[in-house]
Amino acid sequence: MASRAATLTFEWTMSTLRMKGFPWFPVVILGTLALAAIFADVLAPHSPEVGQLGQRFKPPAWQQGGASQFLLGTDHLGRDVLSRLIFGARVSMVVGLLAVFVAGTIGTFLGILSGYMGKWTDQLIMRVTDTWLAIPALTFAIFLAAILGPSEMNIVIILSAVYWTRYARVIRGEVLSLREREFVRLAIVAGCSKWTIMKRHILPNVLNTAIVIASLQLGVVIVAEAALSFLGVGVPPPKPAWGLMLADGKKGLMAGYWWLTVTPGMCIMLMVLSANLLGDWLRVKLDPQLRQL
Amino acid sequence: MTALLEAVDLFKHFPVRRGVFGKAHGAVRAVDGISFTIEKGKTLGVVGESGCGKTTTAKLVLGLEDPTGGALRFNGEDVASLDAAGRRRYRRGIQAVFQDPYASLNPRMRVGEIIMEPLITHERHDTPELKRRLERLLDLVGLPARAAALFPHEFSGGQRQRIAIARSLALSPSLVVLDEPVSALDVSIRAQILNLLRDLQAELGLAYLFIAHDLAAVAHMSHTIAVMYLGRVVELGDANTVATAARHPYTRALFAAALPSHPDEKREEIVLAGEVPSPLNPPAGCHFHPRCPSVMERCRGEEPKLRTGIRVACHLYE
Repeated sequence: MASRAATLTFEWTMSTLRMKGFPWFPVVILGTLALAAIFADVLAPHSPEVGQLGQRFKPPAWQQGGASQFLLGTDHLGRDVLSRLIFGARVSMVVGLLAVFVAGTIGTFLGILSGYMGKWTDQLIMRVTDTWLAIPALTFAIFLAAILGPSEMNIVIILSAVYWTRYARVIRGEVLSLREREFVRLAIVAGCSKWTIMKRHILPNVLNTAIVIASLQLGVVIVAEAALSFLGVGVPPPKPAWGLMLADGKKGLMAGYWWLTVTPGMCIMLMVLSANLLGDWLRVKLDPQLRQL
Repeated sequence: MTALLEAVDLFKHFPVRRGVFGKAHGAVRAVDGISFTIEKGKTLGVVGESGCGKTTTAKLVLGLEDPTGGALRFNGEDVASLDAAGRRRYRRGIQAVFQDPYASLNPRMRVGEIIMEPLITHERHDTPELKRRLERLLDLVGLPARAAALFPHEFSGGQRQRIAIARSLALSPSLVVLDEPVSALDVSIRAQILNLLRDLQAELGLAYLFIAHDLAAVAHMSHTIAVMYLGRVVELGDANTVATAARHPYTRALFAAALPSHPDEKREEIVLAGEVPSPLNPPAGCHFHPRCPSVMERCRGEEPKLRTGIRVACHLYE
């Protein structure tokens, strides 16, 4: 009885804190990855870039021939896979978050400008967006990567340049309905300039939408980064990026070195899945609230 | 003495286009040649059905839309030919309160910021002065000083409308456009807000352009009433006369349709046939003739004009 009462109190507390349906799974996964990325130097047992050639292709510790100091085995240069995964989280996190932030800023700015200014500004921005959308994203990214050359910073620039369109499109639509709202009209009557209205009245009201798109785009961007690294136009070796690890490991797949591909693959999958689950939850959480206000 | 605001033969036609590069093949005649004056400290009430051009008139006065013809004069100056500084003065002089108190306050701003926004946009003041003014404005509309730190969603509809009114008064305007200020409110709150508006008028010498479809409210608030039908003013006159001794058949029908203040009150019963025609293609002659109970042959071809003297646009009174 006591435990039942305790459960009820617990449930009640949780629901009053509005924690019901809180996405624990993605938050825990992303939280762990974020911690791994931040404290990679402390957490990683070995150097991610320098291997011991005498320890090549060691299987994970629980398999025959595995060593306990290489928990997830080693790769073709004798580098510890776990350490590379932990440092790889840093690459994915930094590139993913930065690219989403930069793309979001560009897209939101253009979306607001397009939606509020209307007329030829709108036509111009939307036709550019259409053109952008007509080009296959990854092909475009590879093309840009070939021009800019491989580096982590360039990947951020490339991914931002490719993925800002979604923000621009969705936010323009939102602005079109916002600018007919009475508080925007009253701001005009009060004598606010167009820039002030966009900054003070439009931007705070589309921020929720931008955040939802950003969280959904995070997964897309991480996969794109992995794909570019896999294809050899992304993060340059020997930096430990998950896509790069996949590319290096695929040669060993037939020889039975499964841990070289499965572990980074799992990491990418979990991160993208978590980002999407979190985005879904945010969308439901933030949208109705926006309508009610 | 010049009137505060004078509209002379004001037009607003919205062109209707087909396709992206389509040529205009007609126009919605939202406001079709109306004239009125608003005196300092007085209220002009505008009544009419939905789609008769009331709100477009308000937008023209507020400078949210540019007229396609005619002129607006503010303190004797033609608004269309004002320079930038004059335009700012005009903007300062006319503020507004809109219908929906839920849509007219930015949900992301605090009440204090909302109320002070017009003032901060036009003038520079130090913080204590702003605080003093804010408190005075809140006091004027009957809200406690602590309201300033809250967000709009923490208030009821009536309180929100008070916030909107406080905002409209921040610049001490000479004219406030009230576009259906009580239509979205509960009946029990309406009288409070209307009385507040009247008290403010007496205290601050404001002029109002009061737009509503609630006839009792308009009669209660206004000094002069303009009755609009399909973009035109059909009757303009002293509030008392229009409310009790209306002459235009449309005005009579409109007031006959309103609920009486007492159930035993004797009143004429006029039921209009048909619906309001489309402003895209209004009837020739008098716009009201297809529905008018006392239509004459003359009404079908010749447009009646609102003249000085008897200010009724109807051939019955010529």
